[in-house]
Amino acid sequence: MIFYIARRLLAAVPTLWAVLTLVFVLVRIVPGDPAVAILGDRATPAAVAALQAKLGLDRPIWEQYLTFLGQSAQGDFGISMVTNRPILADVGAVIPHTIDLTLAAMLIGIVIGIPAGVWAALHRNRWIDVLARMLSLVGLSFPVFVSGIFLLLTFALHWRIFPVIGNANLSDPGDRLLKLVLPSITLGLVMAAYITRVTRSSMLSVLDEDYMRTARAKGVPWKRVVWRHGLRNAGLPVVTVVGLYIGILIGNSVLTEIVFNRPGLGKIIVGALNQRDYTMLQGLMVIYCFLIVVVNLLTDLAYGFIDPRVKHA
Amino acid sequence: MKSLLRNPTTAIGAIMCVLILAAAVLAPWLAPFDPVEQNILDRMQPPGGDFLLGSDVFGRDVLSRILWGARISLVVAVTSIAFAIAIGGAIGMVSGYIGGKFDLLVMQVMDVLLSFPALILGLIVVALLGAEIHNLIIAITLTAIAPFARIARAPVLSLKERAFVEAGRALGFSHARVLFVHILPNILSEVLVMGSLWMATAVRTEASLSFIGLGVKPPTATWGGMMRDGFDTILDAPWLSVFPGIAILMLVLGLNMVGDGLRDATDPKLSGS
Repeated sequence: MIFYIARRLLAAVPTLWAVLTLVFVLVRIVPGDPAVAILGDRATPAAVAALQAKLGLDRPIWEQYLTFLGQSAQGDFGISMVTNRPILADVGAVIPHTIDLTLAAMLIGIVIGIPAGVWAALHRNRWIDVLARMLSLVGLSFPVFVSGIFLLLTFALHWRIFPVIGNANLSDPGDRLLKLVLPSITLGLVMAAYITRVTRSSMLSVLDEDYMRTARAKGVPWKRVVWRHGLRNAGLPVVTVVGLYIGILIGNSVLTEIVFNRPGLGKIIVGALNQRDYTMLQGLMVIYCFLIVVVNLLTDLAYGFIDPRVKHA
Repeated sequence: MKSLLRNPTTAIGAIMCVLILAAAVLAPWLAPFDPVEQNILDRMQPPGGDFLLGSDVFGRDVLSRILWGARISLVVAVTSIAFAIAIGGAIGMVSGYIGGKFDLLVMQVMDVLLSFPALILGLIVVALLGAEIHNLIIAITLTAIAPFARIARAPVLSLKERAFVEAGRALGFSHARVLFVHILPNILSEVLVMGSLWMATAVRTEASLSFIGLGVKPPTATWGGMMRDGFDTILDAPWLSVFPGIAILMLVLGLNMVGDGLRDATDPKLSGS
């Protein structure tokens, strides 16, 4: 098992290297000098040159590239060009908000999506199935900033049940939870829609299998057959979708953070774009890609738990 | 085709798409006001009266802006997905056809592209190149190339082993002819079905980028941009963000419904009936 994880992590190295290179190139093809952007148009040439030297922008491009690779490999993403703080410190300060949001959204997605999908599959083509399919299609068609604004209008402005602003005090669990409700529902409903659809179609293909009939014939109660035999076999595609969904989830969390004015990675990346904070952008892209590589690895490992036939040898 | 429209989901979706397409094409005749002309005296009028869907901070008619905004959404979505199908499809087909180490390398590159979250990639590309309509198209195309390469490649792997391909080669046809005349028609339906579903994603991405402030520049009307402006005055004028939101939802839902129905029709295994 440990050997398998190590090998998979090693296999991710070329991907990460390619991602790092792409990030480096992308960030350098921007028109405009970052030093000028930071200091403003009226800065003296001497001040610009001094800042360029400080940021390492005066050195040859390959030297910048090698330094960037070396530092990234050590987990050192450098210092923000704008705030002058280490990037990991800035990211670390807001990461609990982003983790709260994504985990809560995943939970909502799974708690709604899996039972809804199983239920729809069991009642194929009856009204309950049609309703579930329709609702899930609507759910995944909603851009999160639209559903977020609709929820905000209804539950925060009209009925005033939940706060409008999502800047939670992390040390106060009640406040943290209260401000998490609307954003995580916004994000979770899209996820629930995806999971419902995949669970339904995956469950449908499993329902006709021989082992389902055998289990039933042996006298196992139908409920137990569905949840233990059926769902366990239908689970693999669901896990795949949850894993693939991470990219969409990251994009959607940016929009959710903007709508609910929540601190988080998304707000940082938009701020960095506006301020041309290259080092911050580089660091964030690498962190995002690393996250995706790790989630893909976790997805693969989850296969083994769900389906023992998948060998991690 | 008839059976397709008998499927209520596809039929309703198609109607929604056609309505929005008509709105986009007929915007100059349908729109009661100029979409960008400011009229400060009539600012922030609630829906009803002269302004059917209300007016914004600059006194511009929301309905007229939504009608004109449909053009941006459709143009960006259709062009970027057309490019993604052409580029991604060609990459996937050629890669699968050649096979071997070349295929392995190409797919590795596609995996790198896929490991970028789509919206973040779009965000960075537009921020770097500038918020212009062609840059939006480039950004959205980039996010959709890898999926189409994968979709086109998979069937080619088995198709190239089939007898008609071998026969074509034996008759002296060039690889290009075999690939584009004989293999392409076999994978086209699958690619086009995915195209309609990805078009929905493209509409959503364009609206999201505009909402973040990286869309086509004001005063041009875009649905995402209207929601961004409306969001600033959401307490006083909720209609400014609600109506464009409904427009976006209608188009994305319509495209998804059409795509869903098409997929059911081409893949009987997934069919609901």
